[in-house]
Amino acid sequence: MTRAVALSALALLYLPMLAVALFSLNRTRHGLGWGGFTWEWYLRLLQNEAVLEATRNTFLLALLSTLLATLLGTLLALGLERHPFGRRFRGFLETLLYLPVVTPDLILAAALVVAFGFLRQAFSLFEPGLPAMVVGHVTFQVAFVALVVMSRLQGLPRELDEAARDLYATYPVYLRRVLLPLLTPGIVAGAMLAFTLSLDDFVISFFTAGPTSQTLPLLIYASARRGVTPEIHAVSTLIFLLTVLAVLGGERLTRRSV
Amino acid sequence: MNRLLVWYGELTTAPSLFLRGLLLVLPGMVWLLAFLVLPGLVLLPLSFAERGAFGEVVWTFSWENYRRLLGFGVLGYSPDNLLALLRTLWVALVTTLICLLLAYPIAFFIRSKPRAQRYLWLSLVLIPFWTNIVIRTYAWQLLLAPEMPFARLASALGLLEPGMALFPSTLAVYVGMVSAFLPFMVLPLYSSVERLDESLLEAVRDLYGGPWRVFLHGVLPQTLPGLTVGVILTFVPAMGMFVVPDLLGGAKHLLVGNLIQQAFYTMRDWPYGAALSLVLVLLTLLALRLYRRHGKEVELA
Amino acid sequence: MLFLKRIRRGGLGRRGGASGEGSLLRSDGAEGLWATSGGLGLQGITKRFGELEVLRGVSLEVHRGEFFTLLGPSGCGKTTLLRIVGGFEVPDAGRVVLGGRDLTHLPAHRRPVNTVFQNYALFPHLTVYENVAFGLRSRGFPEAEVRARVEYALGLLHLEGLLHRYPQQLSGGQKQRVALARALVNEPEVLLLDEPMSALDAKLRAEVQVELRNLQRRLGATFILVTHDQEEAMAVSDRIGVMEGGRILQVGTPEEVYERPRTRFVAEFLGVANLIPARRGKGGVETPWGTFALEVPWERGFLAMRPERVEVHLHAVPGSVPARVRQVIYRGAYLEAFLEPSLRVRTALRLSPDQEIFVRLPVKGLVVLHE
Repeated sequence: MTRAVALSALALLYLPMLAVALFSLNRTRHGLGWGGFTWEWYLRLLQNEAVLEATRNTFLLALLSTLLATLLGTLLALGLERHPFGRRFRGFLETLLYLPVVTPDLILAAALVVAFGFLRQAFSLFEPGLPAMVVGHVTFQVAFVALVVMSRLQGLPRELDEAARDLYATYPVYLRRVLLPLLTPGIVAGAMLAFTLSLDDFVISFFTAGPTSQTLPLLIYASARRGVTPEIHAVSTLIFLLTVLAVLGGERLTRRSV
Repeated sequence: MNRLLVWYGELTTAPSLFLRGLLLVLPGMVWLLAFLVLPGLVLLPLSFAERGAFGEVVWTFSWENYRRLLGFGVLGYSPDNLLALLRTLWVALVTTLICLLLAYPIAFFIRSKPRAQRYLWLSLVLIPFWTNIVIRTYAWQLLLAPEMPFARLASALGLLEPGMALFPSTLAVYVGMVSAFLPFMVLPLYSSVERLDESLLEAVRDLYGGPWRVFLHGVLPQTLPGLTVGVILTFVPAMGMFVVPDLLGGAKHLLVGNLIQQAFYTMRDWPYGAALSLVLVLLTLLALRLYRRHGKEVELA
Repeated sequence: MLFLKRIRRGGLGRRGGASGEGSLLRSDGAEGLWATSGGLGLQGITKRFGELEVLRGVSLEVHRGEFFTLLGPSGCGKTTLLRIVGGFEVPDAGRVVLGGRDLTHLPAHRRPVNTVFQNYALFPHLTVYENVAFGLRSRGFPEAEVRARVEYALGLLHLEGLLHRYPQQLSGGQKQRVALARALVNEPEVLLLDEPMSALDAKLRAEVQVELRNLQRRLGATFILVTHDQEEAMAVSDRIGVMEGGRILQVGTPEEVYERPRTRFVAEFLGVANLIPARRGKGGVETPWGTFALEVPWERGFLAMRPERVEVHLHAVPGSVPARVRQVIYRGAYLEAFLEPSLRVRTALRLSPDQEIFVRLPVKGLVVLHE
């Protein structure tokens, strides 16, 4: 009984993707009749300017926002975990970090729309478009990076820091040769999480995108409202396969580092 | 002179340590304050402002947005918005409940697997978790289309007119919502179920018998932490969801998320959007509060 | 950076000797180094953590080339004292002086002092070689010299085969030796050891104690060990400082602190002691076991005597007192017996419960406890 329910529930998660994958290989362009097998739609992707543009934007956005978020998040974690702030200030910072994690993305998007609206009057940077999207993504990524790096920092015993200083390391030497190397797995994990979150995001992008900064999720959403083409099935299938690889790869990575 | 202290092997003083820490946290702190906290706080006064003719904000103090929210529109009374609010609560609740009912079997199913296989099965839950919500939702559009088996089955049974799709419909919204949030419920619940103490379950089984009692007295109390996290992870984003009702629900099944999206995106009516956002946050917090109070009772039972 | 100049580079030339009797670290041998000028002085060290006063004005002189042990129960402040010497805590009052130089406010990375941490604190991302080379590299030694010194230190501790291992691939004993090598390779003026053997099993611990003692003798270096294990302290130390409640109660050679404990705490913490209630009387100190000609600083107090110092006789001898055997424990090399009136003795005689015997407390073995 348990088994039957569990398997059908899992099927519920995979059936739709299976359908998409199937129809990405269907020769019929319009309608859902089966017209035979083809790779055509995948090949066409390479010439589809909109898809290519959206792919570029998606990865550019993820890359830029991840870089920025990783930097800010790591600094936040270092500041918070390796400096004795008062209880109140520490509590304030921790709340600040949990806020983007628990805020529904729609509310976060609303806040960003408002913030950009006001900032736009002073800086053109906040016009809808890629820079604004980067800012939006960093806003929710920072907290995740910081929390991951913080948990890594908490796992490093204080004696390691002390041993480094005991062995004549100045602060910069200690940072370069002990703390940063030890922190690297945490920073990489945080960055990977941030990157994935950015790729995965729809809502924030939706509210902050400009006319020239369409990302893949936005493109798929727009097509879903207008009517999808087999190319969209093909793109979606590719993204799904990429996710599968990333999850399995990530699983490997975390299991090895344990 | 400041008193010296040693912090992680470093000889320093409290003020200089504080200063360095502050410099480290400052960029991230300012960023979050500027783009999340401050605009979040601005939503409150904004919700009492009015929209100007060109979508600009006219700073006044009026209850107009909240009146509109309750249904007192320019065109007379209409309960649509209020209904959307109630529907949102209801849909989020039902979604959470269904996810819960499905998550337990999945968690136990994974636990029943040999340790080496569990990672693989867990990955099966993780993959949809990380797959873009837009893709997963439009995929249901495809699956529920008229030509597909589900719709055909429904029309063969006389539940659906031939040639019609199964969406937009309430059913489609629930299906979409549940498949969107099921992983959010399974993952935390599984971490609790994995730690379940087998001997305690045995004891409960011996003492009380029946599977229902085993669940109530053995499983539920022990998995409550994971369950609580799962419920929050499901309910909170379900309240703010707009992709699923937008793609699978249509105009008759609007949720607050859709209204907020329209206010900010389509109508450029920020004050109204702010009011809606605040009400959404308030409702969510209220529901969580009720849940937590009730949750305590469950714990005691 | 005065201490950098003190490091002798000549020692390397002697590496060839497989016996390694020459010291890389100090060529001047262990003897004749008891000049206080080169030693470590602690003067009135006070430290409190919040409400808790961990150290209450500790003063101490550790001689150069000495193996000194801080012995005490957990919470007595011994580790804090060691951390103050290492530069991991700043005392609220008092000074740390090494070779005439005030270290009190010198950061850890500028002190000619190295520490072997309780859990070794090896860098998990570095190999054994890199761990040991860390201190030398931090100070900018040329790589060729780093190599020579690291290899020598690794050889000294029999770690040659483990050069490229990572700490997580080492056994507890190996980790401990790497931690020792990592500290010693820097030729510290003082080596601090914070319960370095607490993670080892009993058998290995005994071996390591001997090894550690030999190493210290050979290098002629100053070692300060912190431990709560009195047997360990006795086995390795030149002198022991017994600590309790943030104070040093007594400093002396193992024999002194064992045979002539000054206080009840020291007497009981180091092995088994019979506490004998006593009163100053006319003819001397009166106890249930007789009257003894001793000078005591109190009216009523305690004398102490180690069980093995008590003479056990089957028949009465001059000065003996009758007693009854209550319980006997067979300890292999000797018997341990609990007598009535309350007294613990060790004897080679075959005693059995309820036997009537005679005991004599030789005045030489009696210790007057001051507190």
